[in-house]
Amino acid sequence: MNIFLQQIVNGLVQGSVYALVALGYTMVYGILGLINFAHGEVVMVGAMLSLSSLGLLLGWDVSPLLALPLSVIIAMVGCMALGYGIERVAYRPLRHAPRLAPLITAIGISILLQNLAMMIWGRGYHPFPVLFANTTHSFAGAIISDVQIAIVVLAVLIMAGLMTVVHHTRLGRSMRAVAENQHAAQLMGVDINRVISLTFMLGSALAAIAGLMVSANYGLAHYYMGFLLGLKAFTAAVLGGIGNLRGAMLGGLLLGLIESLGAGYIGDLTGGFLGSNYQDVFAFFVLIAVLVFRPSGLLGERIAERA
Amino acid sequence: MTDPILQIQNLHVAYGGIRAVKGIHLDIAPGELVALIGSNGAGKTTTLKTVAGLLQPNSGEIRYEGKSLHDTAAHRRVAQGIALVPEGRGIFARLSISENLLMGAYSRSNSDEIAADLVRMYELFPRLAERKAQLAGTLSGGEQQMVAMARALMSRPRLLMLDEPSMGLAPLMVKKIFQTIRDISEQGMSILLVEQNAKLALQVASRGYVMESGAITLAGTSKALLDSEAVQRAYLGG
Repeated sequence: MNIFLQQIVNGLVQGSVYALVALGYTMVYGILGLINFAHGEVVMVGAMLSLSSLGLLLGWDVSPLLALPLSVIIAMVGCMALGYGIERVAYRPLRHAPRLAPLITAIGISILLQNLAMMIWGRGYHPFPVLFANTTHSFAGAIISDVQIAIVVLAVLIMAGLMTVVHHTRLGRSMRAVAENQHAAQLMGVDINRVISLTFMLGSALAAIAGLMVSANYGLAHYYMGFLLGLKAFTAAVLGGIGNLRGAMLGGLLLGLIESLGAGYIGDLTGGFLGSNYQDVFAFFVLIAVLVFRPSGLLGERIAERA
Repeated sequence: MTDPILQIQNLHVAYGGIRAVKGIHLDIAPGELVALIGSNGAGKTTTLKTVAGLLQPNSGEIRYEGKSLHDTAAHRRVAQGIALVPEGRGIFARLSISENLLMGAYSRSNSDEIAADLVRMYELFPRLAERKAQLAGTLSGGEQQMVAMARALMSRPRLLMLDEPSMGLAPLMVKKIFQTIRDISEQGMSILLVEQNAKLALQVASRGYVMESGAITLAGTSKALLDSEAVQRAYLGG
């Protein structure tokens, strides 16, 4: 087995998920200058909703081929409603408040959602049902499963779709305009509240898909899964340059690769002193390093340059 | 006399704890070019922003084409034909020139007409045509002012408000921008022009208002204002 190639594969799969979640952070930051710390919980709700609906549909003898897309749609719609609701109830009233207020509110919403999820879905782990035979393929000494291939392919398609929307549609143009200058956008006739709501909904739809991907890849979901995932995706967004869409995608993939290569080689590097259970350390090491040496991220512009 | 396209009655606006506009009256007849002049901080920009809907009046009324604008949100006023070219231009620096112009047409839906207007704008400002795909932030100040004006015109306004279009521009560019304002006016557009450069503004306008610390202190035809001793002393360095 080729460890290096295997870690690249694992990193790309994990990185695709980070990228999808990081996009949600960066879109909201780009338009409101707000770190939506509740975003990780939206991912968790997406995972839970898709698992619950999948279980329900399979219980009614719906074919897995139909149940899977249906549960994706249910999770997306549920998360879009959640994202809309979070912005409407928690952030909009604080639009003109000092920056600390919405930040603390975001953390509050995050805790609230975790506890609500715990009440609804319980403290236990929910297994992801086996829908299809998850065949594994071997190439050049690395192993990749059908689910992993599906995650990467789907993530790439979704990101390409998002870039098309943002750069080539009227909605995308208005999102970029609002992100740059809300007053001027209003003078063009843009209903900025509507654009902000749509941005939250778009990010939440991506989060729902990411939630499904994570639970399908690891085979389980848990009410607490959004916390660490959210922090890592936030790290990915900062690494790429928060507010920058390409940066979020690049940052997500890079973070996935750094993590899995780090976890794969940390045992050798430390003579077996530290094991791959230290994987999470890398993400936060990256976060600290970026914040110290390049706070604007890889693709971000320097803050001072923003007029 | 025809009904005014814009009628401001006893308008009071305060923001940030400052009473910036204190009971002004102003009206513009259809097709008229009216200048609002005065020194920095007189309340001119506040007046324009309130007409555009970015600021809420404390009292008084703004009537546009005979109807009160009181309950009309800023983003809906554009569709009704009110366009403001804001002070400092407010262009979208990270959007291309053509995207900026398309943003101007945001409230319109007929894509054939929008495409035709885009062509007209590039005829009006040939410099922009050469740079369509360039990010607007890379343009010079004068070119950015052209983008801001073309963008406002893309909404097909019936009332165009310009806030300090000459600000920060080289003399040659100021001349070009004011020639364009004159051209647009001659095509029948109703224009409210705010300027610190009183002489320039009164040369293109038919009438003018002088604003001082939130109140209108003088009004009349441009010629009368240009000849007025008070205006000459305060704004024309006479």
